[in-house]
Order: sequence, then structure tokens, then C-alpha cells
Amino acid sequence: MTVDNHDRSAHRDPEALLQQVEAEERAKHRGQLKVFLGYASGVGKSFKLFDEGRRRHLRGEDVVVAATQRDLPADVAQTIRTLENIPTRDVGGVPIIDVPAVLARHPQVCLVDGLAYDNPPGSRHGKRYQDVEELLEAGISVITSINLKYVAEQSEFVASVIGTTNVDTVPQDFINSADEVVVVDAPPETDATDKAHQLSQLRQRALLLTADVVDRELEEYLRLHGIQSSWGTQERILVCMTPRANAAKMLASGRRNVDRFHGELFAIYVVQDNLTPDDRTALDRNVSLAHAQHAQVDILTGKDPVKTILEYARGHGMTQIFVGHNLRRTWRTRLFGTPLDRLIRDAEGLDVRVFPQ
Amino acid sequence: MTGTNQARRRGRLKVFLGYAAGVGKTYQMLIEAHELKRRGVDIVIGYFESHGRKETIALTESLETVPRMSLEYRGSRFDEMDTGAILRRQPEVAVVDEFPHTNVPGSARLKRWEDVHVLLEAGIDVLTTMNVQHIESLNDQIWQSTGVRVRETIPDWVLKQAEEVVMVDLTPRALLNRLARGVIYPVERAEAARQNFFQESTLVALRELAMRQAAYAIDSRLPDEEPSISGGASVTKGEGRERLLLLIGPDPASAALIRRGRRVADYLQADCLAVYVTKTQDWQDLTDKQRENLERHLAFARGLQIVTRNLHGADTAESIVDFARTYGATQIFVAREKPRTLRSWFASALLQRIVNRARDMQVMVVADRSTSHVAV
Repeated sequence: MTVDNHDRSAHRDPEALLQQVEAEERAKHRGQLKVFLGYASGVGKSFKLFDEGRRRHLRGEDVVVAATQRDLPADVAQTIRTLENIPTRDVGGVPIIDVPAVLARHPQVCLVDGLAYDNPPGSRHGKRYQDVEELLEAGISVITSINLKYVAEQSEFVASVIGTTNVDTVPQDFINSADEVVVVDAPPETDATDKAHQLSQLRQRALLLTADVVDRELEEYLRLHGIQSSWGTQERILVCMTPRANAAKMLASGRRNVDRFHGELFAIYVVQDNLTPDDRTALDRNVSLAHAQHAQVDILTGKDPVKTILEYARGHGMTQIFVGHNLRRTWRTRLFGTPLDRLIRDAEGLDVRVFPQ
Repeated sequence: MTGTNQARRRGRLKVFLGYAAGVGKTYQMLIEAHELKRRGVDIVIGYFESHGRKETIALTESLETVPRMSLEYRGSRFDEMDTGAILRRQPEVAVVDEFPHTNVPGSARLKRWEDVHVLLEAGIDVLTTMNVQHIESLNDQIWQSTGVRVRETIPDWVLKQAEEVVMVDLTPRALLNRLARGVIYPVERAEAARQNFFQESTLVALRELAMRQAAYAIDSRLPDEEPSISGGASVTKGEGRERLLLLIGPDPASAALIRRGRRVADYLQADCLAVYVTKTQDWQDLTDKQRENLERHLAFARGLQIVTRNLHGADTAESIVDFARTYGATQIFVAREKPRTLRSWFASALLQRIVNRARDMQVMVVADRSTSHVAV
């Protein structure tokens, strides 16, 4: 089997397709959402956000500021003064985007510094991101910023690092749905070692979270353009379980490896006929071991296990395959080599790690 | 990190990491340079590449620049960083653009990162820029996913010495807009760029790699991740430190094997040793071409700080597996040759024999990413 990783010319021109997709999106009249994600306050999210607003304004786009943060650095405040502002309304000390005013003004682009705010009871929407959603629906593009700790699914991790929790959160799905996510990265500025380590952990998480968003983007792009290939941007390990394989060891090693690489772990079993009751028990045990290691588990059927494994590996963008030493020998063994030999031979573009039994 | 009894503090290196020309690495570095100057730090520009970008050029105007040095090579003049002049000027911080640059022949040093090394040794802090595709151990992966073979690379250990790696992010969409507006390259060059690195899928993939690299840079600098002193000590619960043994040879696949081994060893914080097996001590069993290739691979491995060893034996599989046991290897890395003909099925017998012999250890058959199809 030959997989051409670079065969793009055979398909339609990606640029043309992309433009078509973008045109379809535009046709839906929905605004574009762009999010600046930072791991802490003071890393420069506001600067980046308003600097982009400034540059777009200079290029002739119709830009309006709809929400700002308190205590801004002088250069950011200066930038904001050069742009048109629709001030937030203050309800009991909480700043609320003036949605009706923004809708009436209907700019091309609206800047919202700070996405994660809970609006007071009785507001148009309970959460600010829902206000933003309404603006997007109305065809207004929004550029906004958020601190990692306000992403709902990250709050547990953040709490484990810095010990505080937040209520004003935004679901990660909303971030994932953004047309563009930009990570704002800067080393922590503190002389306190413990604090620096805490911030470094958050910083790392922000980078990995954005990398995952980008990975989804890449998959989506490849899917849209009919490109089947492993890009190896993220390590994905596939553990091949058989009744007699030392699955526990392979899974444990796989878990350790993907943790180090911040990758993903998969485990599959290719169903074959004539399983003995003992085999069946061993398999069930292996499947639960795989779940315990937080692997994505799939049971596959296929006459030719080697082919089935490789098709799955390619389809899911694997970078490494873990196999046990004694894949079952068959009559074909003498003619074509053992299934293991064949797997190694045909696993073009993939690493194969063979484990002792 | 550094010895305490050094006469002079070694300079600190900060790398602004991006994934393509035009994402704003130099811009962000210069913004930081201005901030440092405002705080009273003695900072100079050691080397700056404008690429004709106005906003970036404007940022250099109020900063002191150490003039470049002009060298003649084959009848043309080339400008290089004047490392000697920067040393004489002895600033606190030097701004040095384009870390992976290769100097013109006749320069004191081959690579700019070597010049930077000299500045750091002299106690000068350095701010520099580079793209993720220039990291040596990623070279095959980059080729595999982009079809572009990057020639100017930085050994991983050089980047590891950086105190800080900062991700400079810009979305591919914004980057492509910049390209279309002629901000990055003159319009006539922009079209050629679109055919190469500037395809959207390529940019998305490189961007993801850069983010993961920046995240890894943080990981490897966190205290609980510090490697233990030489083998033996346990770094992860329940498992000892991994030891990788790379089997290299004259075959071109060895280069990819070395890169992959280096990367895996770094991530797993494993020891890494490269061995090559020859039948005789004087390499008489090799042709001139093979000897030359092997020499090159050995130098390459050493350049990536991998120790190399020569084993002698009539049976390569036996020699490597026996040595692996003595060394206490947890994994043997072997290149997977592409089966082009029936003959190479027999050639891969070596691999089969190693796998069969090494039943008590793990064998990593490394994909031959370097020879995959390229249609760019």
C-alpha cells in the first residue's frame, strides 16, 4: 500500500475550495469570531486585541469598541481613544455590553475585551458570551479576549494549580467554535519561584489548549479537501491488543508516552473467529485496562488484521503503533512472513514499537 | 542551571518562536527591546533583517545598532553580524534576528547560533527569532507534512539552552492576508511563497507544531521534570529511566532515525546512544561511499549530543542485541527500510532477526519519513 502524503494536486485546488467554503459562510451572514487566549492577566491580551482593532481601522474597516477592562496600560488606553466607543452600561457594578446600541450601530467589527462576564439577573442574556453570540448572529464580527481560567472545562485544572475557582466561565465549545483563536504568550514576570512555576503550568496549558483547537482545524481542513494523511503534528499512539499480548505493559507505556508528548492514546482489538473462552476473558480485561488508561477504545472487524490495523492508524492520524511480539501465526506466515513482519513492512510513515511478551 | 563559581554570568537567551515569515517574531522582539530600553537596560541591535517591512523598520530607529560586517564571497558582498564589534561594545542585551542563519563562507563561524553562543559566553543576554521548522529533530516531520526540506537547522540542545521560548502567534488567515497585501514579500515573490510554506494546510500544521514545541519548552523547564543524574534513578513512578539505543549505519535512513531518536529521548528524558556495527575495526568491509555516509551520520549524531560507539561483529543482529542487554537498553531503535523490491524483503531480514532476538526488550522500528513521496 502506498500513501502519498503530499498528493494535493490530484484533488481540487485547496485555495479555490477554501474560498468556496468561506463564501458559503459569508452567505450565512454570520459574523466572524476571533479570540485572544492568555494564561493570566497582564500577558498582553488587551494590547493585542486593540492593536488589531487599530490596524483594521487604519485599513478602512468599520471598528467599534463595545467593552473594555479596568486598569489598562497607558498605550492600550491611548489606542482605545482613537477608536469609536459604545460604552458598557453599568448595572450594580457589572459592566454590560450595550447590545441594542451595538446592533443599531451595526459595525463590521466589534471589540469586546473580556469575554467571561456574568450579566446581572434580568439582563438580556445571563452571560456575556451569549451577547457576543447575538452580535455574531446579526452579522457583526467580534474580536474578544479570555483568560484561560475562565474557560469552564479548564477551571478544575486551574484550581489545582493556583487554588482558586471562578464562576464567570465560558464553555470551551464556544472557544472551539471561534473562526480564529490566537494564543497570547509571554513568560511570567515574577521573581517568586513558586508563583513562576504555577504560571508556567497555566502557560503551558494555554498553549496546548490552542494547539488542540488548531489540530481540530487541521483535521477539518483535511477532511474538507479530501486529503488523507498523517501530519504528525501531534503524537498519537495506537496500542494493538490481542488476547495474548501484554496489553497492560503496552497501555501503561503508551500512556506515559502520550503524557510526555501531550498526545492521544488509542487502543484497538481486531475481532477474529474462534476465540476461546479464555481469550474472551483476557480481551475483556484488556479493554477495561485500556479504558482505565483513558485510551479511546475501538473494536474492529476485518479478515486481515494487519490491513485493518493500518487502515485505522492512517484514518486516525497515528504516529506510532504498539504491538506485541507474537501476533498469531497462520499458514500465510511461511509465505509472506509473520503478521508482525507484514505490519512492519507495510507501516509506511508510521513508527512500530514491538513489545516483548 | 549554570555553575555558581563562574567568573562571569553566562548571558540568557530568549527565543521568539514562530511558524512562518511574517507572523511578527521580529516585531514582537523589537517591542520587547523598546520595553527593556525604557527600563534603562543597555541594549543594542546586533543583527536585524528588515525584509522591507515598514512597521518593523520604524521600531529599530530609536535603538542603537552595531553596524554589520561586509564580506566578499565569489565576487558578491554579503552582510553578516559583526560579533567582534558587539563583544567590544559589551551591551547588557543584544538583539539578533534569524537564529538559524548560515554565515557566508569565510566568516569566523559557520552558523549564527554559534555567534550567539559567543555572545552568551561573554555574559551578553540575547533576544533572537526562529521558526519551528528549523529545529533539527523536526526536520523529517516537517518534510513529511509540508514537502519542504529545511536546510538551515538548529540542534535541539541549542534551543534547550534558551531560558525562555515565547510563541509568537498569528492565525494562518491573518498571515495569508498579510501575504496578499504584500506586507511579507513583494507581490511577485508572494505567489511563489503560496506554493511552498504558505499553503493554508501547511501553515496550520506548522502553527500547531510551534505551539506544542513552546509548551514542551515550558515542560522541560519545570522543576519536577528535571532529568536525574545519569541512568538508574527513577523519573516516573514504577519505571526506571529509559535508555534508547539507536542502530545507525551508512543507509540514508539513519539520519531520520537519529532525529527521531533525539526527539523521543528528549521527551522521555531518556539516555540515548548510537551504535554502528562493522565487521572489522578498520571498516574494511565498507565501500568508500558507505564509509563516507557513516562518518557523516556519526558526526550528525554527535552534533545532536548523542554519544556514538563502534561495535565489531560478523552478525549485526547478534552484536546489537547483545550490546543492548549489557547497556541496559529499554528500546532499540532500528530504521525501517522501504520494501521496494523482492530483494529488499530479504534485506529487511536484519530487522526481523533483531526483532526475533530482542524478545526481552522493545524494538522501535522508525518510519522512513525522509523518503516519502514529495509532490511539491
